Amino acid sequence: MEIRAYLPLLLLMGFVIMNAVMMLGLSHLTMRSRPTAVKQSAYESGIPPLGDARERFSVKFYLVAMLFIIFDIETVFMIPWASHYRQLSCAVPLSNGLCPAGNTSFFGLGEMLVFMLILFVGLAYVWKKGALQWD
Amino acid sequence: MHYDLALPSGLMAALVPEIIVVSGAMLLLLWAVWRPESDVHQRNVAIGAAGVTLLAAAAVVYYMVSDASSGPGVIAVDRFRWASDLLFLLATLIAIALSSDFSKREGITTAESHVLILLATSGMMLLAAARDLIILFLGIELMSISVYVLAGLYRRSARASEAALKYFLLGAFSTGFLLYGIALVYGAAGSTNFTDIGRVVSERGFGALPMLQIGLALLVVGFAFKIGAAPFHMWTPDVYEGAPTPYTAYMAAGVKAAAFAAFIRVWLEAFPGTIEFGPPYKVLWWLAVATMVIGNVVALAQKNVKRLLAYSSIAHAGYILVGVLVATPLGASAFLFYLVAYTLATMGAFAVVIALEEVGERNQNVQDYAGLWRVRPWLAIAMAVFMLALLGFPIAGGMGFFAKWYILQAALDRSQFYLSVYLVLTSVVSAGYYLSVVMVMFMRPRAEGAPLPSRVPRATGIVIAATAVVLLVFGIFPSPVLRFARDNTITIAPPSAAASPRAGALVPAANSH
Repeated sequence: MEIRAYLPLLLLMGFVIMNAVMMLGLSHLTMRSRPTAVKQSAYESGIPPLGDARERFSVKFYLVAMLFIIFDIETVFMIPWASHYRQLSCAVPLSNGLCPAGNTSFFGLGEMLVFMLILFVGLAYVWKKGALQWD
Repeated sequence: MHYDLALPSGLMAALVPEIIVVSGAMLLLLWAVWRPESDVHQRNVAIGAAGVTLLAAAAVVYYMVSDASSGPGVIAVDRFRWASDLLFLLATLIAIALSSDFSKREGITTAESHVLILLATSGMMLLAAARDLIILFLGIELMSISVYVLAGLYRRSARASEAALKYFLLGAFSTGFLLYGIALVYGAAGSTNFTDIGRVVSERGFGALPMLQIGLALLVVGFAFKIGAAPFHMWTPDVYEGAPTPYTAYMAAGVKAAAFAAFIRVWLEAFPGTIEFGPPYKVLWWLAVATMVIGNVVALAQKNVKRLLAYSSIAHAGYILVGVLVATPLGASAFLFYLVAYTLATMGAFAVVIALEEVGERNQNVQDYAGLWRVRPWLAIAMAVFMLALLGFPIAGGMGFFAKWYILQAALDRSQFYLSVYLVLTSVVSAGYYLSVVMVMFMRPRAEGAPLPSRVPRATGIVIAATAVVLLVFGIFPSPVLRFARDNTITIAPPSAAASPRAGALVPAANSH
């Protein structure tokens, strides 16, 4: 059945699990444990830790992070659009990956322009609302 | 007019009402933020939003009159969609009017609430149109996310923030169920299109596709959450109580109606005939009974009017589920009639709650309404009409009586005797709390030193008067609304045809006369 099509996926999953088990297991078997205070400390890019990680920080970071995520995710939409642009700008199905002459359509371009316009309205709103201002 | 949905231009043309709402909302959003916040500006944006709503309604009426039809595609172009759209736009118009008055009283000067209502409405309209699970998901998300924000818009109120967070977390969770169901249905049927799924279901049989069964079960969970059916109703009272009252009204009427409209289309088009036999039918049967019983019984114990109306809306979801469950043209038109009556009565009741609230959302308990008859007789009469309409009382309850009558008739028509018995018995229970509100207003003396209720704001007053009058007038002459419901119902293939291969697969978009 169609289940066979999932075989490579299953192999990949098996490989990943085996890899993880092997890396952890082998290092666990071969390691010698000589803990020191420095080795036990939390790794923070090689700099000695300054304090507790659970500190309070400004809620403004949250807003900026949210805005970043929203606009970032929306731009991700452009990648599938770009990879299908040839078909989207053609009114009939492609033949040999090319659009038969005289069938150019502005559908793909128009859709993206509409999408960008909506995105722009969002940006204009956020800007005017003052959400991009730090103070 | 016939629309070819395979062409981008045809699809665009069939989506004009939605496009009007969305582009209107975007323009209003920019306008809302371009001027400094003030009460006057908030009102102006509300008027603009009402204008957009009316424009969209005009477009919908045009499609309805021109008898638009379409080929197969991702959206439906049929009369059920236009009728549902009109219902949503009515709820939107009322919500905008109430929201504007509410903002003025509570000193909320942000104008975005009206824009968010419009965006949620566009999601609802997509839900009524969806003939593809992806469009359905898009509509649900567009509607829900806007409503999450509306619930938490009143930032000074801790209760509203709590309600918004609860609604958001549970809503996101239920969307997960819905999405998982969509994925499984797609995996089993090989398509997200209702028509194609329906064809697979009637060709291979529902029983032979276990993945499809699990998918449908998860879809039902997702929908049951959105319509607030027991046992997925737990969020409803908290969110309805905490959210600002106009948005509660909008949620109780619009959001619920939209989820129902999508549900009934999925049920009848993508799973034709499944309602006739087997587990899905039983599941829905129990869901309906549990919803009616829990909603009505728990409502008896409520002191807060908004909470009481929340439980009442749960109970009504149960009644409407009965209309969905019988799956006949009669059931579908009873469903539509019920939604009209329910929307009017619920919106009206919440409008009265808004009129009687004081700044800071106080005065929401049933006891605060004591002796209302002495100080605000018209308001008391209107509230009595809404309560009796929700109860389904003849004459004084207006359309509410016929709404329940038609649901009951549709159920009895299909020999659903137990379901009818539950419906009638729980309705009797509901008299306990609806009539107690009426009794408190008319028979209890006003509390010592209770201040006079403040003046009813204009738009709220118009909404209360209009909904009460419409309920009463169409309660005495129900035939126009009944004709509206009958003409715009979803057409359902007869059950015998659905069981045989091919025949019931595609539910034709044309009207049945």
